[in-house]
Amino acid sequence: MASLSRESILNIFLTLAMVALPFVATAIDEPFYITLATRVAILGLAGVGLNLALGTGGLVSFGHAAFFGVGGYAAGILASHALNYTPIMESPFLIEGTNQMLIIWLVAIIASGIVAYLIGLLSLRTSGVYFIMITLAFAQMLYYFAISWPAYGGEDGLSIYVRNAFLGVNTLAPHGFYFICLGLLFGGIFLSATLKNSRFGAALQSARQNEERLSAVGVRPFNIKLTAFVISGMMTGLAGALFADLNRFVSPSMLSWHMSGEIMILVILGGVGRLYGPLAGAIIYILFEFIFGGMTEHWQFFLGLVLLGVVLFARGGVIGLIAGRARHD
Amino acid sequence: MTAALFFEQLLNGMQFGVTLFLMAAGLTLVFGVMGLINLAHGSLYMIGAFACAAVAAATGSFWLGLVASIVAAAFAGAIIEVSVIRRLYDRDHLDQVLATFALILIISEGCRFVFGSFPLFLDVPAILAGPVILPGGLPYPIYRLSIIVVGGLVALGLYLLIAKTRLGIRIRAGEADREMIAALGVDIRTLYTIVFALGAGLAGFAGAMVGALQSVQVGMGEPVLILAFVVIVIGGIGSIKGALIASILVGVVDTLGRVSLPSMFGLFMDPSAASSIGSSISSMLIYVLMAVVLIFKPEGLVSQNG
Repeated sequence: MASLSRESILNIFLTLAMVALPFVATAIDEPFYITLATRVAILGLAGVGLNLALGTGGLVSFGHAAFFGVGGYAAGILASHALNYTPIMESPFLIEGTNQMLIIWLVAIIASGIVAYLIGLLSLRTSGVYFIMITLAFAQMLYYFAISWPAYGGEDGLSIYVRNAFLGVNTLAPHGFYFICLGLLFGGIFLSATLKNSRFGAALQSARQNEERLSAVGVRPFNIKLTAFVISGMMTGLAGALFADLNRFVSPSMLSWHMSGEIMILVILGGVGRLYGPLAGAIIYILFEFIFGGMTEHWQFFLGLVLLGVVLFARGGVIGLIAGRARHD
Repeated sequence: MTAALFFEQLLNGMQFGVTLFLMAAGLTLVFGVMGLINLAHGSLYMIGAFACAAVAAATGSFWLGLVASIVAAAFAGAIIEVSVIRRLYDRDHLDQVLATFALILIISEGCRFVFGSFPLFLDVPAILAGPVILPGGLPYPIYRLSIIVVGGLVALGLYLLIAKTRLGIRIRAGEADREMIAALGVDIRTLYTIVFALGAGLAGFAGAMVGALQSVQVGMGEPVLILAFVVIVIGGIGSIKGALIASILVGVVDTLGRVSLPSMFGLFMDPSAASSIGSSISSMLIYVLMAVVLIFKPEGLVSQNG
């Protein structure tokens, strides 16, 4: 045990704290904290997705709201058809809505994966500033599409009146839904740890550090980066589906560039490239919003100041501050 | 679509394109010279519009407001450059994106704190109100026409500034080789502040002119900022000429698409479906244009060295 780094100790602490939280919240009779923690878990998962592209792959995507929103709309559209007993499509074959989370997740993951593949295919032809602007622009394209497409609520968004079902779990109880989200968050963290330590992860990290060297050993950087971008988008899309279920509401604001900024901010606040960075960042972000948002409606002013301070003076985020510089690059 | 309507929409598209150019010129200049991506450029646009609205309301003169918009935005730009942006030139693009995103949050909330959440309204000055009859008998708002003319003059002025003046030589030299012009004794820090303030002033000017067509409100700069990004991706980052071509292209394609697509779909669909599908597709049109340009010319229409 003596060989555990400070970062690992912090990670274990965060894991235990997240598992213990609902029991503490119930004990002190503050069930609202469970809802806050559910938001933490969901945004954390979205951040874990972005962190794979951003931290491990060095792909500065400013358009991850696209995948978050596509996941959310996948959930919203399937659920609203199931509630209204109307099929999504009758010809050439019948597709019906569903309220089963497992199917919704699968659809959300596939849909956001396809969108990530298409956006990645075009935007990964470029790099640097072009990549940032193009991912931003394509996400914005979907945002305007969602606003002007009247079938699913347009600008007003789409309500899901009853939370969807997951096997035998009571998803309407805050506990039940929280542990589903937490389980998926840890699943996402586990997946990125596995990927990062695999051959694929090694190739992805060298794509970030030196593309020429990677091509020299016979691996095409484009394919590696595209694969990472698609997996990243799928995780964020799954988070979007959960977010829709949490709020029982989907709206174009899930696709807006503020959402992309929010996901990116929490990855940065926690620490880019750190396994638990997105979770730590989500905790800080939600706490900040909860505490300052309760005091003043201008809380984003202070968020801006904090973010500016972190970027200018505290690179490495909170985990970097606590655990010191661990990355060698 | 009749020829008159087409011509009117073409002018609207050009007016839109010209305002986009004023935004994109500053962005592309700052990227070309300093290698910086500035998300807060839309905030400078907003500052210009608010300054114009506030001064016009206080003095009753739109013209003083217009001057104020340029001064306020350029001044705000200089302050931002000296206090924050200057520290970002050596950083990677991720840090630049985050820091300038933080600036957006700060400036937007600050503006909402000072001016409130309700939009302000800015009246077109009396001399520019009303229509003018164009050759061919088509009435067209004088104000929109003057935006096209003023924007064209600014583009010309910018060209002369960069091609013919000493400052322009330094800016071009800064694009080509930063270390070298510093070694030749040019004060590069001051040059950077001037370039940033110049871009900011153009953005503020655009904000003030558009402010009289739309309402002046917090967040008004953001959609324009993203369109300006599309413009410089299409035009080629760092190229003013590319920015001019691409902004007119984007302005005209977007405007004509919004008008004509719903009626084109109406030829083979029922009218309500045609108008909803047409408007959804037309809202994506310029992004499709961007994708097509990226497929065939990933470096943009005018590459940086062209």
